[in-house]
Amino acid sequence: MNSASRIQVERRIVFLLLLVAVALPIIFPLGLKTQGTPLTRKAYDMVDETPEGSVVVISFDYDPSTVTELQPMAIALIEHAWKRKQKIVATALWPQGSQMADMAFRDVQEKFGNTKVYGEDYVNLGYKVGGMVIIQAMGRNLKSVYPTDMSNTPYSEIPMLSGIRTLKDIAYVFSLSAGDPGLKDWVMTAKDKYNVPVAGGTTAVSTPGFLPYVNDQKQLYGLLGGLKGAAEYELLLEYEGSASLNMNPQSVAHILILVLIAIGNIKAYRKRKAAPAAEEVSNG
Amino acid sequence: MLVFGVWLGAFFTLSIFSFLYKDNPFYKFSEQVFVGLSAGYWLIYTIYNILIPNLFAKLFSDFGSNLLLLIPFALGIMMLMRILPATQWLSRFPIAIMVGTSAAIAMVRMMKSDLLTQMNATMINPFQFSSAVDVAGTILLIVGTLCGVYFFYFSKKQEGLYKVPSKVGIWFLMVSFGASFGYTVMARISLLIGRLDFLLRDWLHIIK
Repeated sequence: MNSASRIQVERRIVFLLLLVAVALPIIFPLGLKTQGTPLTRKAYDMVDETPEGSVVVISFDYDPSTVTELQPMAIALIEHAWKRKQKIVATALWPQGSQMADMAFRDVQEKFGNTKVYGEDYVNLGYKVGGMVIIQAMGRNLKSVYPTDMSNTPYSEIPMLSGIRTLKDIAYVFSLSAGDPGLKDWVMTAKDKYNVPVAGGTTAVSTPGFLPYVNDQKQLYGLLGGLKGAAEYELLLEYEGSASLNMNPQSVAHILILVLIAIGNIKAYRKRKAAPAAEEVSNG
Repeated sequence: MLVFGVWLGAFFTLSIFSFLYKDNPFYKFSEQVFVGLSAGYWLIYTIYNILIPNLFAKLFSDFGSNLLLLIPFALGIMMLMRILPATQWLSRFPIAIMVGTSAAIAMVRMMKSDLLTQMNATMINPFQFSSAVDVAGTILLIVGTLCGVYFFYFSKKQEGLYKVPSKVGIWFLMVSFGASFGYTVMARISLLIGRLDFLLRDWLHIIK
């Protein structure tokens, strides 16, 4: 077997191992527990300490490709806000975000026995194109940006929005973000321009880029990073949702990857060590 | 209908996964369907959710008080002029306006959020905290920021004593690259979990 086809076979073995490592813990959960981190705790505290009856914004800035990571966050967050009797305004900077919001509201409504009333406890204002420009406009006048909600009900006829004129009347913004536009636009505009508290949940791949914003200046109050962040939030709410369950295959896959990296490094080290010896032999 | 949708989803998921073995007609078919479907979806979505409510509906309902909308409408038409080689030059104007306004808006906000506020966040007295972990963490933050920025200072040759902060900066950068890699692995595995969960739960009903 030549080198190229050996590498091809090795790749397939890695893929197969990864498939098994992820599939088995999904079928047979191992009951692994997630540990909380201060980043998630801070986001949780922000929601928890906001007074009852406050109107808050959850921005669904993602689409179906990232539901595994972000939908459990949305569900946990809605549940937490409703437990604290807060009123939720759903917005979306991504076109399919409003459908994601509907799905999340439907899921949490079941837990609350369908007691939450649309227009009084929550409203879906839908998608608006424009990213940062739209958030700036929301800071001046919300009604002009969203003259109606998703079901074409005029802004002035939605009871929970009666006292809400601009973004500054919102208690906090929580952006669930899969990229651009998303959390960064909320930080730059809602927090740094209008001084509205902002927290966020992001896909794991973009989490490191947001860590510097969780700082002394509170540009971000807290941050949920990927599936782990969602599982931590579920832990704080004391229930085991899809994120907690999916951390089982996640952990097993990470162990497998660590083993594979170690094997790869040992092989590379041996190869490097053998190369000068072989060279000496060939040079006589 | 729902069952058909699940089987269709399973077929396309497996077709895309089959590329991991080798390139094949099922993968190519799924890829082409995805590209075509996405283009069609976005075209319809843009017309019904952006163009009609933001432009045409307003112009048709109250033309007089929405005259300003004729400017973006004209710029949009100019953008479409790219299709014909003879009129291609017209599209430069809307592109120039978009680039100019986007850059200006982003620059003002980034200057505040990514430079001034970030600098403020680094100017902390580490000894104001009572916990040793917080003190150590803040010192690391300050040292890491200074050394990281110094690594990108190229106006003086980094040798001798000047090499030390640069080396420390590299270590901090390496740690941050490692963290990014770890998070990227987590994101990719999450995608795989999502697909396998769909196959095992919704398609095969192996898990409840």
